[in-house]
Amino acid sequence: MRRTLLIWLTLAGAALAAFAVALATGSTRLPLLELLQALASPGDSVAGEIVTQLRLPRALAAFSVGGLLALAGALMQVLLRNPLADPYVLGLSGGAAVGALGAMLAGLGALAVNLGAAGGALAAIMLVFALARRDFARQQVFGALDASPRLLLTGVIMAAGWGAVITLMLTLAPEAKLRGMLFWLMGDLNGAESWAPALLVLAVALAVTYPAARDLNVLLRGEALAHALGVRVAPLRRTVYVVASVATALAVTTAGAIGFVGLVVPHALRLALGNDQRVLLPASALAGGTLLLLADTAARSLLAPQQLPVGVITALVGVPAFMWLLMRSPGKA
Amino acid sequence: MNAPLLEVQDLLLRVGGRTLVRELSFRLGAGEVWCMLGPNGAGKTTFLHTAVGLREPQGGAVRLAGRALGDWPAAEAARQRGFLPQTFHDAFSASVLESVMLGRHPYLSRWQWEGEDEREIASAALRAVDLAGFEQRDVLTLSGGERQRVALAALFAQDAPLLLLDEPVSHLDLHHQVLVLEHLVRLARGRGKGVLFTVHDLNLAARFASHALLLTPQGTVRQGPIAEVMTEAALRDAFGHGVTRIEAAGRTLFVPE
Repeated sequence: MRRTLLIWLTLAGAALAAFAVALATGSTRLPLLELLQALASPGDSVAGEIVTQLRLPRALAAFSVGGLLALAGALMQVLLRNPLADPYVLGLSGGAAVGALGAMLAGLGALAVNLGAAGGALAAIMLVFALARRDFARQQVFGALDASPRLLLTGVIMAAGWGAVITLMLTLAPEAKLRGMLFWLMGDLNGAESWAPALLVLAVALAVTYPAARDLNVLLRGEALAHALGVRVAPLRRTVYVVASVATALAVTTAGAIGFVGLVVPHALRLALGNDQRVLLPASALAGGTLLLLADTAARSLLAPQQLPVGVITALVGVPAFMWLLMRSPGKA
Repeated sequence: MNAPLLEVQDLLLRVGGRTLVRELSFRLGAGEVWCMLGPNGAGKTTFLHTAVGLREPQGGAVRLAGRALGDWPAAEAARQRGFLPQTFHDAFSASVLESVMLGRHPYLSRWQWEGEDEREIASAALRAVDLAGFEQRDVLTLSGGERQRVALAALFAQDAPLLLLDEPVSHLDLHHQVLVLEHLVRLARGRGKGVLFTVHDLNLAARFASHALLLTPQGTVRQGPIAEVMTEAALRDAFGHGVTRIEAAGRTLFVPE
């Protein structure tokens, strides 16, 4: 318990430090003292305007989205009992992408793109839910008493289907729109000022899943055993799926399909801290937020004034990091 | 007041249109050790899943300590009966101690963390399966038989009055097969637990069980005290293979033809 608190406090400290870096970095660099002054009395200076009007909303959006993705990834890994699962494994990002790209193709504005992404994500969630409804239903219909592989397969096939539609859309899209569409697909926090819904959903998602964290530890050992140990398996699986999906949908709607945060963060934390969801769920939210915040700061400052899609940074960091994790501990993936 | 730990009445089990078990009725009381015998696909695992509440029977009723299975709240049921599944899932690494302490899940309140009590119970359970000192090992580094003993330790830590075990000794070596079954008998005789386990080794069944359920491919079930059920004729009937029963070294032994 004390160790857990220490872990959370350390991660929270890291998050605060990341915020300081993010707010200080940009075309106008701010030393810490000026940053604090700007935050304390934003109306007094240009720096105050920049920090509170531009950088803080984007930093909050980055942190919330990263937290949502890592939390959703941790939940999906438990739900599918597969350490390689990520928030998009059930095809949610594909649905959101089809919605968002469709809105872009139609020449609609940013709001419509967000609504399209949300609608597409929702459609993908419902589709998987409908196709795999047997796996979320009462225990007695679990075929081989283990629903995870079939659910995973359903999601993988859905993702492949969405992928084909996305490619079709990119093929048909006029040149002028391609760049925006590619940015969306890679994940991009540019212009993502609506941090409040993402942060709110992050808090709600943690509040809903945290009380069931020990149940999730048991669920990881198989549905039959979980049932025998008093876990109400079907409702728990439904709850986890809905929470992870809504979290992912909001992340994708806010910033596009940013990859690797949802896969690498929970995975790395599991290797470092052990596999107790009571420790992991809050830790994932904090570490995921911190990581994406730092990645976004790098994305907007590395080649400034050129802005990179943050998804490129997370992938460039994520791929070698993940490989290293896999190689480092053979058989312990 | 003294309802049997497990009561099965007129049970009908069908899977994929095939009748596995029909008209099965029996009562399992405290202190009894039942083994369930039968050929592959006869419905042993299906029966256990039904008794645990993982699937509904096509007919008949299962009562746990006098109360219909469906009327038990999940957590209370988990304090009344434990179950050892045939297959385990450990895709993620975890320490042996953590894995065994999962057996205490039904006893902890929502916000409670495992404490010294749980650690002691888990260590005692590990000693019972000859895994003392394995607490900090990662389950992914264990052999198949050791993992099965970890799962058994978790079941013992759960400490429910009724223990249902699906092939508890299938991956174990000779010594640990005997050790585990001896412990089950000790739990039944000494602490009034009820035990029901499936097994393929007729000699282990005859040596450790007090009662037997013998499933046949026709869906009928012979039941009763072990010596009455395990006759040459009944076993040949069930397995479709001749068996000779011999008495030697003070034990009843079965030799397949």
